[in-house]
Amino acid sequence: MDGILFEAFVFLCAAVIAVPIAKRLGLGSVLGYLLAGIVIGPVTGLVGAEAREIQHFAEFGVVMMLFLVGLELEPRMLWQMRNRLLGLGGLQVAVTTGLIAAGGLLLGMAWTVALVVGLILSLSSTAIVLQTLSEKGLIKTDGGRASFSVLLFQDIAVIPILALIPLLALPELAGGGAGSLAEHAGHAAEAAHQHQSLSLVAGLPAWAHALVVLGAVATVLLGGHFLSRPLFRFIAASHLREIFTAAALLLVIGIALLMTLVELSPALGTFLAGVVLANSEFRHELESDIEPFKGLLLGLFFITVGAGIDFGILASNAVFIIGLTLGIMAIKGAVLYALGRLFKVAAAGRWLFTLSLAQAGEFGFVLLSFSLQSNAIPSELASTLSLVVALSMLLTPALFILYDRLEHARTPSAGDDPTPDIDTTGTVIIAGSGRFGQIVNRLLVASGVNTVILDHEAAMIDMLGKFGVKGFYGDASRPELLTAAGIDSAKAIVIAIDDRERAVQMVEYVRRHHPRVKTLVRAYDVNHLYLLNKAGADLAVRELFDASLDLGKEALKAVGMHPFKVEKMARAFRRHDLAGLADLYELWDADTAMSSNKAYLARAREHAATLTDLMSTDRLQLHDRSERGWTPPPKGYTDDLHD
Amino acid sequence: MQKTSPAPAAPAASERRRHILILFAHPSSDRSEVNRPMVEAARTLEHVTVVDLYGEYPDGQIDIDLEQQRLLAHEVIVFQHPLYWYSTPAILKEWQDLVLEHGFAYGSGGTALHGKLFFNALTAGGPEVAYQTDGFNHYSIRELLHPLEQTATLCGMLYLPPFALFGARTAVEEGRLARHIDAWLQLLMALRDRRLNIEAARTQPQLNRVLDALTEEG
Repeated sequence: MDGILFEAFVFLCAAVIAVPIAKRLGLGSVLGYLLAGIVIGPVTGLVGAEAREIQHFAEFGVVMMLFLVGLELEPRMLWQMRNRLLGLGGLQVAVTTGLIAAGGLLLGMAWTVALVVGLILSLSSTAIVLQTLSEKGLIKTDGGRASFSVLLFQDIAVIPILALIPLLALPELAGGGAGSLAEHAGHAAEAAHQHQSLSLVAGLPAWAHALVVLGAVATVLLGGHFLSRPLFRFIAASHLREIFTAAALLLVIGIALLMTLVELSPALGTFLAGVVLANSEFRHELESDIEPFKGLLLGLFFITVGAGIDFGILASNAVFIIGLTLGIMAIKGAVLYALGRLFKVAAAGRWLFTLSLAQAGEFGFVLLSFSLQSNAIPSELASTLSLVVALSMLLTPALFILYDRLEHARTPSAGDDPTPDIDTTGTVIIAGSGRFGQIVNRLLVASGVNTVILDHEAAMIDMLGKFGVKGFYGDASRPELLTAAGIDSAKAIVIAIDDRERAVQMVEYVRRHHPRVKTLVRAYDVNHLYLLNKAGADLAVRELFDASLDLGKEALKAVGMHPFKVEKMARAFRRHDLAGLADLYELWDADTAMSSNKAYLARAREHAATLTDLMSTDRLQLHDRSERGWTPPPKGYTDDLHD
Repeated sequence: MQKTSPAPAAPAASERRRHILILFAHPSSDRSEVNRPMVEAARTLEHVTVVDLYGEYPDGQIDIDLEQQRLLAHEVIVFQHPLYWYSTPAILKEWQDLVLEHGFAYGSGGTALHGKLFFNALTAGGPEVAYQTDGFNHYSIRELLHPLEQTATLCGMLYLPPFALFGARTAVEEGRLARHIDAWLQLLMALRDRRLNIEAARTQPQLNRVLDALTEEG
């Protein structure tokens, strides 16, 4: 227990100190985590070999990240990407592998070893690149999308590569395999062990293997499509937030487990599940539940990468290793740049594409340990390559900084860069989709404004769906859900929820953390209105005021008053009422009930009396506010008019 | 409910400069090609207040007190609008009906506007040749605006001829917009800096035609 607490303390401490500093210096969070890892690992020695095990665990962050990426990506979008996915991604892996393997042959490697090395180094770091792209808001630019296509292809390519590597095993290493395995005992042996004990497909004939794999994928797709909805609806109806979080985690872990059992990439499985759920009304809630786990695990993963860097090997062979790292990154970059031109990635995006994917990635570590255990590469080479992979990942934030510089130097008037997808009208989040929120939504949607509807009643979302309106399930007063719903880029939030206290809390939260976003709130009554004003709402409207006034007008017409006269009376009433609201606010006290606030009551009575005056002066046909302007001038007024 | 307050009283240093109030009325200003650039240009000038009436009173409920205070704070009153049926868009008529009250703008004690300058800055769809006796509109633009001229006169204001752009629907395509904006700014600055010969201007059919001749070098 002490050990775990100490480790957790060291990791968290390093992250909490290093990441905000790196962020402040404009280096991005990934470099911050990596530096934190270097400090607690090689520099101070607080963390040693156990970092490897933790890394294995933290790799699950990548799985979660792909689930989240899938959630953002509807099947339709995936289909639109198919050319780039296969063309750009496929060529990137093939050409890079070929070039690096050729380099390996020149350095005197056996062709099988060269090929394995090429495959390992052709992959880029999904974790670093996606994290950085989304942090910088570049994921939706042309270059960002191209990068994403390639990363996705690579993640899928890991599966056939894993199948290929055992075929490339070196006979001369097979004998010494046990020895080299012992050296890398912790990680590789454990992986091998897992590999054998937890597999549904081991020892099956090829056709059965294929059948089981297909069955597993079908389970994920069909289950995600048909089973998830009723299941989530059932859980949501319990109104227990932590159980929903548990269900979300269960989903991701369950799919990862299933994929592992059939020897597919867990990342691929969760990605597919994410895509299937991208259309679901539970999408934002799932996002906000998984997001914190993903963030922490990925952070942990980056720390372990930093902690795992063996500066001993680096020091003894510095020039060679650094040269090798830079050389490989140059080759990868060149291939990417050429493909970017070939596939007509926009000029600005091309540099992003080239620089962001030039490193090797975390799958490189996975493949390295697998190759070692399959006797496909010698162990000295594996440790050197492991260092190269880590160094290239460490250099990635520097590449992003280089990209920022290049981007800065470009003249902004170069018209070849189509602006990224930014909604010109801006989005409005509508919290609460009852009778109130629905009308607001209909008006906005009819006027061409994008809205995101949130409601904590799954049944309500379900009913909206029957009317063809898309809403998302979730408690809108949760900051994470607001983030998942896109409050960072929203122009306004309409708070129309029933829970009065939560509405006030939401106003306070949005005011504090997103002061740019306008808060428009439904108030229950005057007291609630004042509470909302005090919390800083941009506008609070009493939910029944206008409907009551409208009905009052109809009543006046029913007793025979001329409709325009009624209109004028109602306008005067409204003006008078709003003036009274503003006037009484200073006497209002949040802690005293209105019914026992004597000063407030006295002023309210005074103000009410002025309304009677206002209306009765009208009967005397004097110049008063309600009649003003359309009152005819006094009789005989023309006597005074002359040139 | 919150309305912009009227312009504060002029500081002593710029006592000689006139304050100009532009009451802008365009019910679909998002489709405006000439009036909107005019508004944007006018907003860059000091001592010029632009009020977008449809923007400020989308429900047509004009704040009479505020509008009267604005009138008191300015020496030049401009109605800026597209010409609708030989007159102003509806909100400017509503504005007249409500704001130019007996006892304020006219009648006994109604001297608040005495001595102020008034004119229309308008855009018309028809070509200038249509606005003459033998054209299809039969009357000159100044003749068509007689009701407004008389309103200004009854309120004790000095009426100036209109600043008009004809054939406004094709002004942008024909490259006439820049020149019009330029003349508009010249006019506003000349009025503000008291460089416009008011007596001579009052006899003209339109303000834009003779702008150079009427303006002293600043």
